[in-house]
Amino acid sequence: MPDPTDTTQRAATIAVLVENEAGILARVVGLFSGRGYNIESLTVAPVDEARRLSRITIVTSGTDMVIEQIKAQLDRLVPVHQVSDLTLEGPHLSRELMLIKVVGRGEQRLEALRLADAFRARVVDATTESFVFEITGAGDKLDAFAALMRPLGLREVVRTGVAAIARGPHGLRT
Amino acid sequence: MSAPPQTAGTRTMTGAEIVLQALKDNGVEVIFGYPGGAVLPLYDALFQQNAIRHILVRHEQAAVHAAEGYARSTGRVGVVLVTSGPGATNAVTGLVDALMDSIPVICLTGQVPTHLIGNDAFQEADTTGITRPATKHNYLVKDINRLAETVHEAFYVAKSGRPGPVVIDLPKDILIGKGPYAEAPSAPHRSYRPQTEPDPQAIREAVRLLKRAKRPVIYTGGGVINSGPEASRLLTEFVRLTGMPCTNTLMGLGAFPASDPHFLGMLGMHGTYEANLAMHGCDVMLAVGARFDDRVTGRLNAFSPGSRKIHADIDPSSINKNVKVDVAIVGDAGRVLAALLECWRQDEAPQDRAALAAWWRQIDEWRARQCLRYEQVGKIIKPQHAVRRLFEITRETGRDTFITTEVGQHQMWAAQYFGFERPNRWMTSGGLGTMGYGLPAAMGVQIAHPEALVIDIAGEASILMNIQEMSTLAQYRLPVKVFILNNEYMGMVRQWQELLHGGRYSESYSAALPDFVKLAESFHGVGLRAETADDLDRVIREMIAVDRPVIADIVVDQKENCFPMIPSGAAHNEMILGVGQEGSVAGVTDEGKVLV
Repeated sequence: MPDPTDTTQRAATIAVLVENEAGILARVVGLFSGRGYNIESLTVAPVDEARRLSRITIVTSGTDMVIEQIKAQLDRLVPVHQVSDLTLEGPHLSRELMLIKVVGRGEQRLEALRLADAFRARVVDATTESFVFEITGAGDKLDAFAALMRPLGLREVVRTGVAAIARGPHGLRT
Repeated sequence: MSAPPQTAGTRTMTGAEIVLQALKDNGVEVIFGYPGGAVLPLYDALFQQNAIRHILVRHEQAAVHAAEGYARSTGRVGVVLVTSGPGATNAVTGLVDALMDSIPVICLTGQVPTHLIGNDAFQEADTTGITRPATKHNYLVKDINRLAETVHEAFYVAKSGRPGPVVIDLPKDILIGKGPYAEAPSAPHRSYRPQTEPDPQAIREAVRLLKRAKRPVIYTGGGVINSGPEASRLLTEFVRLTGMPCTNTLMGLGAFPASDPHFLGMLGMHGTYEANLAMHGCDVMLAVGARFDDRVTGRLNAFSPGSRKIHADIDPSSINKNVKVDVAIVGDAGRVLAALLECWRQDEAPQDRAALAAWWRQIDEWRARQCLRYEQVGKIIKPQHAVRRLFEITRETGRDTFITTEVGQHQMWAAQYFGFERPNRWMTSGGLGTMGYGLPAAMGVQIAHPEALVIDIAGEASILMNIQEMSTLAQYRLPVKVFILNNEYMGMVRQWQELLHGGRYSESYSAALPDFVKLAESFHGVGLRAETADDLDRVIREMIAVDRPVIADIVVDQKENCFPMIPSGAAHNEMILGVGQEGSVAGVTDEGKVLV
């Protein structure tokens, strides 16, 4: 049972299975802004075209009581099928994809390539003066890679936000 | 366009006919609305049928409040029809009101044709965008093949689980186009299936706590009313069986008979001394269909500090939202009460009757303070006395009486001094606190109950917010009585300014008031006025006797405040009582002043 006097903040990765219909993302985002909850990352895409289902992954933070409230409020939305607190319900995998453009020549360029290799980033575009790397992983790995690229000519970054799934045989009903 | 559902008995109709047929098939007899360009096809279809009656209001906000009054007094879904753009935006206040008070309402809004959506067309507004946080759910119908199913689904959503308002936005080309009609939804709802049956384990745990309780209290809210009259009957049975004290929220009045000795009156900011102190001092609290709202709890960290709390609610998000509880029960209030009764009877553990008797002795001491006492001396009418006499005289008539209110001091006095014996007789804007609610709500109640006595207890400021509905009363010969407690102030604003803002009455004086008697007459009604205490009973009796719309302008004491009062930011046991009694607001902190 959440304790209202407990002000400790925790992060939560929440998976939400929803009807793939117009306005559903606005409902979820409006719920967060209207009730003053944080969104650190939000990812959405259809996962079952035939059954018109989309899956949203939200990374948020708050006290235990707030996180419980976020889940209850999400579950109350009419087009929401299921809400799962991946952080609370056991080990889970959390991945994000980043595309990062680095512009440079000479030694800087080689250093960028060496670091990319160490981080298992792939070169998906190259010119004589630039690379675009694709890198997948947990958020902190992506942060670290971007920080290393900054002095090496980082030009542009784009990230997808977090996609997450529970480890083991259990899953959201689909 | 999706493929039309292949159901036997499918008929092809225009979109407007589909909407009306779906309303009929969902049991709708009356709708409240106002026409406009985008909904002309629906009005044309309405003209060509007799099954559904349309009540023409004078402002779309009033249409929603009328539908709320209709819904709350009948337990059915209230239906509204308005046009696009301003029709829809005017309805928004009513929708939020229905959302906050969990009232089932369907609001059909016109919309510009689908090919013009997004073009800033005449009378276009993003209705689904605007009403998303104002409704339980909303729909924009862009495919006529989904129209019938959408209307059926809207009824299911509006009345299932925690009820609420649902908007269906209807582009004009959809209303004119032709499509299939199917009588009932083809399948159960894919995602929305609220839990109504309580978990037996939680019920057993609740009964175990209640049996051992030495100082129990039962606190119930609008959820018991929403569940239907059977829930109120079960609540009454449970309270009498267990002998426990019972208090109701503003929304829950009428669920338990006010005349029963177990009733402590309303709790909360303007609740009774005994109800609030019982909440503060109890050792086990059973909350049913109530949501621990800030008007009920006072300062949260001082709310009922020593109690184990059991909370039954149909909305899981209401549980542990403001107050941490020990036993959570998700379910419909009626089902929960039935299960509690059955479990209580089967459970062999004895109840601590001696402790309960001691608890009642304590409560009787609190009652002896007579926190609602007032003195009617001299010619000036005390507002409390006006409400009390209204209650006593209506009771003498024996007529089924329905009360609506506006918002402010008069609303609290109505809640304190008018005793409700049965559910669905009390319609007030609790959550949103919408001035202008009472008159249109009374209209909806009178439409549903043509023979009943329907009274809007109003203030002179609130009533002007939807006064145009006097014209609707005249058109449909609705004998609604408007009982104005006229103190020439926005009384609750004035009260807070007196108590918390140094008596600086900034903009709270009701200047340039109309002559309410002439105003009633100009709207084809009857106007009455009571200026002294000697006039009061005669005016009330005359108001009740007249079979026409009446405005009774009751001139009351301008300086009267509404007590008891828990000042903002204070706890239940820091209540201030009336004049000459203990307590003051001198200790209200800046933190408290921030609260509304």
